[in-house]
Amino acid sequence: MSATTQETLEREPWTGPTRHYDIVKEGVIATFVVLVLTVVLAAIFSSPDDPALTFQGWAKSAPDNLYATTVAELAGTSDSATYGPPYNTNGDGQAMGPIAPQKWAGVHQPVDPPNDFVINPLSSQQQPADVADALVTWTSASADVQTGWATGYDTALNDPQGANGDATKVPAGVGGPVPTLATGLVAMATSGALDSVLPAPGQFFTTDNTKQILFLGDGSYLDDAGTANHLQGNEWGMMNETGNFPGQQWLAPFSFWYQLPIFNSDATTGVAATMTANADLYILAIIAVMMLLVIFLPYIPGLRSIPRWIPLHKLVWRDYYRSRK
Amino acid sequence: MSTTTARHESAPAAPPTTWIGHLRGLLERKLPYEKLLPETQPSYVASWIYVFGVATLGALGVIVASGAVLAFEGPAWYHISHTGLFFNSLHFWSVQLFFFFMVIHLFGKFWMAAWRGNRAKTWITGTLAFVVSVGAALTGYVVQTNFDSQWIAFEAKDGLNATGVGSWFNVANLGQNLLIHVFLLPAIIAVLVAIHVLLVRVHGVVPPIDAAKVEAPPVPTVPEREGVR
Repeated sequence: MSATTQETLEREPWTGPTRHYDIVKEGVIATFVVLVLTVVLAAIFSSPDDPALTFQGWAKSAPDNLYATTVAELAGTSDSATYGPPYNTNGDGQAMGPIAPQKWAGVHQPVDPPNDFVINPLSSQQQPADVADALVTWTSASADVQTGWATGYDTALNDPQGANGDATKVPAGVGGPVPTLATGLVAMATSGALDSVLPAPGQFFTTDNTKQILFLGDGSYLDDAGTANHLQGNEWGMMNETGNFPGQQWLAPFSFWYQLPIFNSDATTGVAATMTANADLYILAIIAVMMLLVIFLPYIPGLRSIPRWIPLHKLVWRDYYRSRK
Repeated sequence: MSTTTARHESAPAAPPTTWIGHLRGLLERKLPYEKLLPETQPSYVASWIYVFGVATLGALGVIVASGAVLAFEGPAWYHISHTGLFFNSLHFWSVQLFFFFMVIHLFGKFWMAAWRGNRAKTWITGTLAFVVSVGAALTGYVVQTNFDSQWIAFEAKDGLNATGVGSWFNVANLGQNLLIHVFLLPAIIAVLVAIHVLLVRVHGVVPPIDAAKVEAPPVPTVPEREGVR
């Protein structure tokens, strides 16, 4: 080979020594080996499949929590009710200073927790007389009266100096029809009826589980199950899987940031509180920058030279370098 | 209407005048058969690291095949069928292997600075295929119709909503995610992978970083410029 620069060598077709190399044969063998490996792994370890949680299961294992969550939905104090876009306008969502893409995107999947989670499901089924009467009372009242009933009862139910979560200790008469509605919904959930009615009352086809997921997440039932399976974000849950199965390991660079105290703080004021409250947006912005750096790495001075500074390539091409000496 | 032209066998071919003719000419110049399906490779193509690219393609093949079976039987089949659970397991483990091979392939190509010599597009299509694959995996996890998919949908929605993307990409919408998972993202990955592989064939496997020194040691080389291109 005549004297040439490295750049020319890289750009021009290779004219140096060659070796026989059957790419097709290599591909067929590699695919076969991967197939065998997959079959062996599948046969030995199977795959994770913990059954989906149900509202019936929630009602049976934690009826008080479902009851309190139902009251919070009616009062508009649940996470879903105060979420903001894309579900409603009751919050602004996350923001990075003046940058608020969640708010800018607006409401695209409208969710109205009092009606979607409680009133419509109850109204779609035949109810006991007291629940039917409570429904009439609720729907006949103005929005202000409804809010007064629900927030009054929600406050009384969760008063640490009073009922402290025990519905039997809430003074009689507080909340108008709210306790009867909540009891009716827990009963409906216990029977299993709520699971099939919630996504789309009165509709034949259902392909959207947004309402179920949001309602389920407003209580402690889903959260407790996530904690029990080590799936919480602050314990690398994003890349964990139920049981002992590997999860989405490739999300490690993403999950890493959620472990940092600044994005995982109990602070209620200050920078840490702001960063934690808006952690998803900050972390996704960091990931977007990291992703762009990797994608356009060939054009980034310094970064693209790391392989020359740390010459691991000598390991990869050790046979070539040795044979050509 | 068509026209016919008589062409003498020994006469040089006329320059193409049609779009298809230009396309054929481009392919003949850039990717002749001996380049597309070569029987030899440069002598430096001799390392286990080269296996991981083709192993990634093999795993992708198993993913598509097992996914096709699952698609015909529906997303809830594997909950009630031992055969379904086995195919689901094939799908699950082939995805794990796919990412394992792909990450090793990616790291390998990084340390080989494989974007040198006008191969940046090859690197970019590969990294894009990785990014889209992460999305395909996410949609796969949320269409499992089990507790895992409930949890992941609930958690992932906040990140997507925070960026505004959640308004159109709703991980709690099973129907939407099923379509994205079994058609849209696999189609994008297939196109990216096809372009990636064709670019590898067009430009050939990148020579070693010190190839010039090895191939012509006695001749003083031009001073190295900053960076590895």
